[in-house]
Amino acid sequence: MSNRRDFMGYALGGFTAIIGGIPALYAMKRSWDPLPSVKAAGFTSIDVSGAVENELTVEKWRGKPIFVLKKSKDMKADDRDVVIGSDRFHVSIGLCTHLGCIPAYVSDEHKFKCACHGGEFDASGHQTFGPPPSPLEIPPFKIDGTTIVLGEEGPEFKKMKEAGLTV
Amino acid sequence: MAHFEKANSVGEWFDQRLAINTLKRVLAFEYWIPKNINFLWAMGMVLAATFGMLVVSGIFLLMYYQPNVDLAFDSVNYTIMTEVGYGWLWRHIHGVGASVVFLIIYIHMFTGIYYGSYKKGRELIWLSGMGLFVAFSAEAFSGYMLPWGQMSYWAGMVITNLFSGGSLEAYGLVEWIRGDYVPAQAFLTRFFMLHVLLLPLVIIGLIVLHFGTLRIPHVNNQDGEDIDYEEAARLYKEGNVKDSKVIPFQPVFLAKDIFVMGVYFILFFYLVFYHFEFAMDPVNFDPADGLKTPAHIYPEWYFLWSYEILRPFSKDLGLIAFAIAQVIFFALPFLDKSPNVAPASKRGLFKFWFWAMLIDVLVLTFMGKLPPTDALFANIGLISALVFFALWIALPFITKIEKKL
Repeated sequence: MSNRRDFMGYALGGFTAIIGGIPALYAMKRSWDPLPSVKAAGFTSIDVSGAVENELTVEKWRGKPIFVLKKSKDMKADDRDVVIGSDRFHVSIGLCTHLGCIPAYVSDEHKFKCACHGGEFDASGHQTFGPPPSPLEIPPFKIDGTTIVLGEEGPEFKKMKEAGLTV
Repeated sequence: MAHFEKANSVGEWFDQRLAINTLKRVLAFEYWIPKNINFLWAMGMVLAATFGMLVVSGIFLLMYYQPNVDLAFDSVNYTIMTEVGYGWLWRHIHGVGASVVFLIIYIHMFTGIYYGSYKKGRELIWLSGMGLFVAFSAEAFSGYMLPWGQMSYWAGMVITNLFSGGSLEAYGLVEWIRGDYVPAQAFLTRFFMLHVLLLPLVIIGLIVLHFGTLRIPHVNNQDGEDIDYEEAARLYKEGNVKDSKVIPFQPVFLAKDIFVMGVYFILFFYLVFYHFEFAMDPVNFDPADGLKTPAHIYPEWYFLWSYEILRPFSKDLGLIAFAIAQVIFFALPFLDKSPNVAPASKRGLFKFWFWAMLIDVLVLTFMGKLPPTDALFANIGLISALVFFALWIALPFITKIEKKL
């Protein structure tokens, strides 16, 4: 620094950047965050007592499609199934884990097929073909009688999460 | 205070206060352009004019467009298209302009690559131009969200998901960009803001920078000749126009530019009036539905080549390949190790590199449009993507051994 004026300039600039610039950036970041009202509207209850075997129902939770599939007896049981009484359900977020398209359920093949990039999943949500890197995700759920409450973490979901079966 | 004489004309009055005569001289009448150029040198002004068309048509669309998830679709497809007088004209100019501007950008880019107009002092022209390409891409994408049709929604879903970084699973970042778990109101309004304010400001700033970077190295010419501009300008000003190697930007170069623009705008308005449908995807005439993915999602034609680079690989590898493909053209001035500024036809192996790159990008574009299920086309896509990277890896080596001209 050659003289006092330069020093004053750098000091003022640095000070402004630290006390003005960083908080301003933080404020801008926070303004882009999802709103509290968006985050709060996060619970959906699904009554599965009337579900039909091998027929996919699509519900909506946090704007995302939720697959609910009552498994028929000939489908393989899986650790990721939601068990209610003697019935097994496949419940997952219906977005392909590749880039988020909605796979379609082909009921006679017992498969989910994604039209975007050709990914396929079996009836338990495991990827079987194409680019998806991981199984369909399971949303946080709690079992309440014959109702599945999405957005709340019940003991069954916590067990799956601990076992690393979903994120 | 400066001393002011009484002005004898309006022009003089402004010149006293703004030095407009100096400005005119520096920016136009004594801004020298080489004679040895062809119609491809007009693409810059064609782009500027197309950007102008987009701004004007955009202003009129902005008066009736509603950035609201419940109203956006109808405000475009009902209000603007059927109620607003000549609303269809602005929309078709805007849609066709957004598509055609990329055609001209690609011609402009490949002209620069062919003639070596990115080296020896012209690096910043290339870099600011690539900055414009990226800014235009963001502008096109954000604009594509606004009609809030099925393609808007699902393109928004897929492209924002790219930011999860594959196995990094940065869904927090994706939700932050969207302002919601899925593209919804917050997403639409912020992309509206980007499209009509922030990105246009960035583009205008970059255009000024792009023009500024041309100033000192001057625009290249057909032979990459290093022209003595002072000598050439002296000859021209002395009246020896024939022996001078340059012409002034205004009025001589601009007159030729305007002729090319005239031809271009005949094609442009032919498309606007008779073939606007090529820029209007039919799937986007269904309103956005978060519970139904369209059967086949593909981007507009100008993004297909990079989309095809994403597609044939596994998720993580695809993302890395895609990210590199997006920025690799920035590195061109630094990967081309040859000092020759010359058309590709005179540059040995680079000639083959140029045509291979052009053809490869075209093949990627065509493959990107086809559905992902056909094994033959998927393999052609994979090979083209690999060729794309092989060409970039080869570039420093083949230009290093290039003979100095």
